[in-house]
Amino acid sequence: MTSDVGSTESPADVIGLRNRLKARWTAMPDRQRAGIAMGLEILLAVLLYFVDHALAYAVLTISAIYWTNRLPPLPWKLAGQALIVVVFLVATQWSLAATLAIGFGLFWIPKRYRVWAVPVVAILLAILYPFYQTKMFTIPVFGVWPDVSTGVYMIVFVMMAVGLNIVVGYAGLLDLGYVAFYATGAYTAAWFASLQFSHVTWHFGAVGIDPKLAGIHVTIWLLLLLAGVITALFGIIIGLPTLRLRGDYLAIVTLGFGEIIYDVARNSDNFVGTGFNLTNGPNGITPLDSIGFGNSLSHWTGGLLPANYLSCCNAKYLGHQIQSTDLFFWTAIVLLLFTVFCSLRLQYSRLGRAWIAIREDETAAAAMGIPLMRTKTWAYASGAFFGGVAGAYYAVFKSATFPGDFYFNISVFILCMVILGGMGNIWGVIVGGAFLAYLNEEGLANTGAWINANIHLGSHHPNIQVPLYASGIYGVIILVVMLFRPEGLIPSRRVAAELHEGVHDEPLYDITADNRIVVE
Amino acid sequence: MAADASAPTLATRFKRPSLISAFGLIFVALLLFWLAVNAVKAPSEFMTIFLIGITTGCVYALVALGYTLVYGILELINFAHGDVFMLGGMFTITMGTHFFGLKHGMGLVTVPIVFATLLLAMLACGLLNATIEFIAYRPLRGAPRLAPLITAIGVSFIIEDVGLAWKGPNYITAPDVFPHSQIFNFYGIAYEWNKLIVVSITVPVLLALLYLVQRTRQGKAMRATAQDKEAAAIMGINVNRTISFTFLIAGALAGAAGLIYSLYVTTVRFDQGFQLGLIAFTAAVFGGIGNLPGAVLGAILIGLIQAFNEGLSWHAPGSDWTEAIVFTILIMILVFRPEGLLGERTPEGG
Repeated sequence: MTSDVGSTESPADVIGLRNRLKARWTAMPDRQRAGIAMGLEILLAVLLYFVDHALAYAVLTISAIYWTNRLPPLPWKLAGQALIVVVFLVATQWSLAATLAIGFGLFWIPKRYRVWAVPVVAILLAILYPFYQTKMFTIPVFGVWPDVSTGVYMIVFVMMAVGLNIVVGYAGLLDLGYVAFYATGAYTAAWFASLQFSHVTWHFGAVGIDPKLAGIHVTIWLLLLLAGVITALFGIIIGLPTLRLRGDYLAIVTLGFGEIIYDVARNSDNFVGTGFNLTNGPNGITPLDSIGFGNSLSHWTGGLLPANYLSCCNAKYLGHQIQSTDLFFWTAIVLLLFTVFCSLRLQYSRLGRAWIAIREDETAAAAMGIPLMRTKTWAYASGAFFGGVAGAYYAVFKSATFPGDFYFNISVFILCMVILGGMGNIWGVIVGGAFLAYLNEEGLANTGAWINANIHLGSHHPNIQVPLYASGIYGVIILVVMLFRPEGLIPSRRVAAELHEGVHDEPLYDITADNRIVVE
Repeated sequence: MAADASAPTLATRFKRPSLISAFGLIFVALLLFWLAVNAVKAPSEFMTIFLIGITTGCVYALVALGYTLVYGILELINFAHGDVFMLGGMFTITMGTHFFGLKHGMGLVTVPIVFATLLLAMLACGLLNATIEFIAYRPLRGAPRLAPLITAIGVSFIIEDVGLAWKGPNYITAPDVFPHSQIFNFYGIAYEWNKLIVVSITVPVLLALLYLVQRTRQGKAMRATAQDKEAAAIMGINVNRTISFTFLIAGALAGAAGLIYSLYVTTVRFDQGFQLGLIAFTAAVFGGIGNLPGAVLGAILIGLIQAFNEGLSWHAPGSDWTEAIVFTILIMILVFRPEGLLGERTPEGG
């Protein structure tokens, strides 16, 4: 296909400006290249200084970190890193210095321990986040670090992205209606923990409400599981007739299901004309019951487990007053860890390997004796399960569920997380999901504020409402990633190979090359 | 009697009288019963709604043909198509009102203006659609099948936001230039001029398209490329140019539909394209995707279903449920008869 440019041919022989520049760049000695790169970085920083001082400093810091990283480890790399930390200490940027010190520290841990050290440190930092969130430095362009409630939102969406990754990344079934599972989970929680069905009165372990209150009130802990199971069943029901279909037909059918669920949620205050109020229509179901461990369990653990998340907390640790949002945040972390654990265990299980086989070549997989329907249905059910749990938890956190939350955009938003992070790679999906969820909740608004404050042509301020264009921005992300790096930011090696080399339907002739037929 | 003669054909047609086909027949029978009751209860209302349905179906047909052309040649669901249609509507409004000064009640001058706007909208949308193909789909020609599908969604979102940035988040209104006076009123069955104009713009465009695909050299190249790209390339057909041409034609159809829709309905909003695009795609699948007459048939049927659902008075679910009904049809067609009404069953179709 493309010839290997640069290493063998001299720059003059290469056709095309881009390839010639590339060849000249690779032919240069290392020292010269480093010089040019550093010069460009300093130039960039000087230019950005006129836009926003902080951004210029950020560019300098990042390039300093990059170039110190390329020094010989002892003593220069260590000395350089220490110098960077000391500079920020002198500038009294305590949080930034600490962040960099932790980051540098992790890379000095020997590789065989680092595999464990990085996740452990990451989990610890996540758990401690409410304590240091207000003390963190301001990031250029993006502004302050996200709120703890944004943190809950991010974790919930990362859970959904990890769930969708099972369907899209592991099994290769494009699901454009994942929001249906989110909706099912959320409405399950709403039906069994609110005043919605007020003609029944049934309580089972709910906390923080009058035991004579009308409606069904089941404890949230059980409901999370129930929402997952019901959503998984729903996934199986959707999957059984549709999973026989080929990839793009399956995509459109799932999209259709997503839209139908949205319509049902919006219009079922009078369910199919029967007068039965199933979803309370566009007004949604609100409020939901609180989450909590109940008085006896709380008393028994000496107050460690709060009786009720919403009416808790007078304790103050490390100078931070514990909020109910913090409790939701920690619970979400536990749920996410469970999701990640299950997803990791599934990946190389017998079922996971069957998914990979189906993704790579369905016919070959069937010939090897993999039951296609059953395996695909399991992918659907497992993906749906986590979507349901996440949806139920988020509904409880917001104490509401509205049909407007279950629009097609959300399906694409979650799909975008998976694609950006890297289909099939759980770490990539976590990073992509966290970043996009952050963008959606706070990042776009902050970025917009920054743009409107700093980018102007003379006296003309653009005053763009960036959050309004959220879906277009996700569209650009999807397009750019699919065109230039289809394996995502942190790719799974196997998916990357599939995308670049292809696994089946390999054409004999390359008709993409400007209509010349090239025999491979 | 005649039953004896037709017995063998019936037996071959329904080899396995399965539960599913029985359910399907019962469903169709109930639907016909529902329509019949409505027709008997209010015949004039029924016929008026029928004519509305035909009109809506014509608009859907233009959009559905774009889906079916592109699917036929690339096996790609071009999600961005509906949004190109929406931009066509916006373009019509901008061009018509700001450039040509189109407004209500201009008399016969309206005709050449609308015609010029139609050509410009078709050209603009055709070029836009071909550009989309060049940027977003061509680099992925050799990639796995789902890759261009995913970029199509991305492009759809981008174009939607282009419309949002261009015209803002609210409905914009087009000048109401089509006359609303009745052509005839036959025992309460009303038929207005604006509906006839919609049909009379749609039908020539459809005939021109059929001629192009079935009778011209370029159409032959399109059909050959749709059948087998490699073989077509060996035969000396410029495959990439043929695909670009197909996108141009599809975009032009979307532009025509955009003009008709914006002048008939007179309101356009940035997010209308995606919904209408999905309905039109359903129509294309209904008729048999890749099949041009099928797309028109499917679009008319979908238009009728929508009109009956929203207009009939006896036990109609109402406009809240239109999308749900359309998507239910889509799912049922894909699951039970993926080749559609007029399509042929292909090995990978099911």
